[in-house]
Amino acid sequence: MADKGIRIEGLKKRYGKGDTAVDALKGVDMQVASGEVVGLIGPSGSGKSTLLKCLGAVIEPTAGRMILGDEVIYDGGWKVKDLRALRRDKIGFIFQAPYLIPFLDVTDNVALLPMLAGVPNREARKQALELFKALDVENRAKAMPSQLSGGEQQRVAIARGLVNRPPVILADEPTAPLDSERALAVIRILNEMARQFETAIIVVTHDEKIIPTFKRIYHIRDGVTYEEAGQGRDF
Amino acid sequence: MISLAGRDIMHAWGKFVFTGMGLGLLIGITLSMAGIYRGMVDDGKALLDNSGADLWVVQKDTLGPYAEPSSIFDDAWRGILGMPGVARAANVTYLTMQVRQGERDVRTLVTGVTPGGPGTPGWPPYLVAGRQITRGHYEAVADIATGFALGDRLQIRRNHYIVVGLTRRMVSSGGDPMVFIPLKDAQEAQFLKDNDAIRQQRRRTAANPAFNRPQVPDLLNAVIASQSTNAYVNAVLVQIEAGHDANEVAESIRRWKRLTVYTRSQMEEILIGKLIATSARQIFMFLVILSIVSAAIVAFIIYTLTLGKIREIAVLKLIGTKNRTIVSLIMQQSIALGLIGFVVGKITATLVMAPIFPKYVLLEPLDSLIGFGAVVVICILASIIAIRAALRVDPAEAIGG
Ligand SMILES: Nc1ncnc2c1ncn2[C@@H]1O[C@H](COP(=O)(O)OP(=O)(O)O)[C@@H](O)[C@H]1O
Ligand SMILES: [Mg+2]
Repeated sequence: MADKGIRIEGLKKRYGKGDTAVDALKGVDMQVASGEVVGLIGPSGSGKSTLLKCLGAVIEPTAGRMILGDEVIYDGGWKVKDLRALRRDKIGFIFQAPYLIPFLDVTDNVALLPMLAGVPNREARKQALELFKALDVENRAKAMPSQLSGGEQQRVAIARGLVNRPPVILADEPTAPLDSERALAVIRILNEMARQFETAIIVVTHDEKIIPTFKRIYHIRDGVTYEEAGQGRDF
Repeated sequence: MISLAGRDIMHAWGKFVFTGMGLGLLIGITLSMAGIYRGMVDDGKALLDNSGADLWVVQKDTLGPYAEPSSIFDDAWRGILGMPGVARAANVTYLTMQVRQGERDVRTLVTGVTPGGPGTPGWPPYLVAGRQITRGHYEAVADIATGFALGDRLQIRRNHYIVVGLTRRMVSSGGDPMVFIPLKDAQEAQFLKDNDAIRQQRRRTAANPAFNRPQVPDLLNAVIASQSTNAYVNAVLVQIEAGHDANEVAESIRRWKRLTVYTRSQMEEILIGKLIATSARQIFMFLVILSIVSAAIVAFIIYTLTLGKIREIAVLKLIGTKNRTIVSLIMQQSIALGLIGFVVGKITATLVMAPIFPKYVLLEPLDSLIGFGAVVVICILASIIAIRAALRVDPAEAIGG
């Protein structure tokens, strides 16, 4: 398990230069094993989004190391040539809002990802439908996103994050728009998926309803992380 | 892979169809404009074809008889007929004027043709109804576009004519339908004065001591008689004998008769290169402006549609969509808009605009093809602004702050 999941060592990120430079991350250390769901909690402006963006390979860190699975992706500079393919194949994203593509039906919203990776349409849709069963939205597979409830949309978005079986899932406030029952349901799904697909999941949140569910929590303040054991309460 | 552009269009088809229809009307106008130009060229060619002439003999140093006034003596044709290589030569007059019929009047090109038979230069080559002119006076053959019918009484100046025959597609280079009348009548019509003017001219002639000489009593009457006849025509139309070269015959008429002679190709050059050149430029300017307006509309719509999709584009980029895919998404939508516009435009131009325009609109397949190419190019160019906006979208935006 140690050579899978996510490992971050001394990660730094500075925005801007000179007098106006902001050190958003000042040396972050973090480790998430495959099959584990950890919480990342911190006040606004503490650097949560910056950390997710670095891990998600959409902004470049200033220093440190990032390892996804057994691949060093960053070590003082990108070690991967095609960041777009890295994002597509290795990282699943789940956002605060579902951000589904409004002109694709539910199935194709999810199947689009394997399609982008070159999987034939039929096969890609089959993969999507399998996930819909697990996420209990199979009866909405042909619907358009606008016809879905908020909870259903978020589950479809989770399916999209999972469909390429990425070793890592980054979830940014995935439960913010949901009531506590739905929020706990989402956490349950994420935990099941983590176990089932051996995925390392980081959930950024300040949702009081779900914080007690994490076994492990990273607190982040002023760009530095502190690890803490969570309550690991049942949901 | 699925077509993202296609799915987006199906999702927002209302926007595409309505914008496409608006664009289509513009494209329809553009195609009709090109058709009007082609129609003008075709009218000019029809005029030359229908005259049945190989050579036009006109007043020296003029661009007559269509592009400039020209008058030559009405006996010049005899000498021309005697030249080697000339098969037939006939006088002709052209006069654009309003022809009255009952309550209404129609703008026409009144053409005076010499007596003879069908095939005489200047005669309408075929009729769709009735017969050719057989009498020397007061009969007319009218183009069907005048709206006149067989047996109608036309008034040209003070004289009345009976319509005995109808033709089709006999028009002036300006698109006015033609009315054929006997040459003598036409010569008179060109110079016919009203009674007051005739009386006044007689008075002036009589008051001139050079003409009114008591010792020569017949002189005054002779002068007055010559003043009220018209011995001019506008041109002589010449047909060439088989086996002779038009340029050579033209050259010998120029040399021996000291008149200006145009061949068919020179005449075409005058009609298209000079007579309708200003209209052509004007139409060209319209085409340019319409193209710019169409491009602006497409650019604006595609840009707006793209701005509405910024978040989706950020998500697409984040999940690993290639820039190429996003560029083609936008460009395909732009082209799709152009295609809808082109189809709507082609249909409205063919079924709605061409039939109701008063001028002849000739829609050439080649023009449609060029128009189609232009629409595609314009749409591609118009999508550039939107594409730039889409490429600037940062995938980090999908993650938020
Ligand atoms: N693009 C940027 N340019 C400059 N400073 C930024 C940028 N993004 C974030 N920051 C700064 O970095 C710090 C951390 O921000 P962020 O990672 O968004 O925190 P959080 O998500 O925890 O609210 C803040 O001080 C913020 O102002
Ligand atoms: Mg944030």
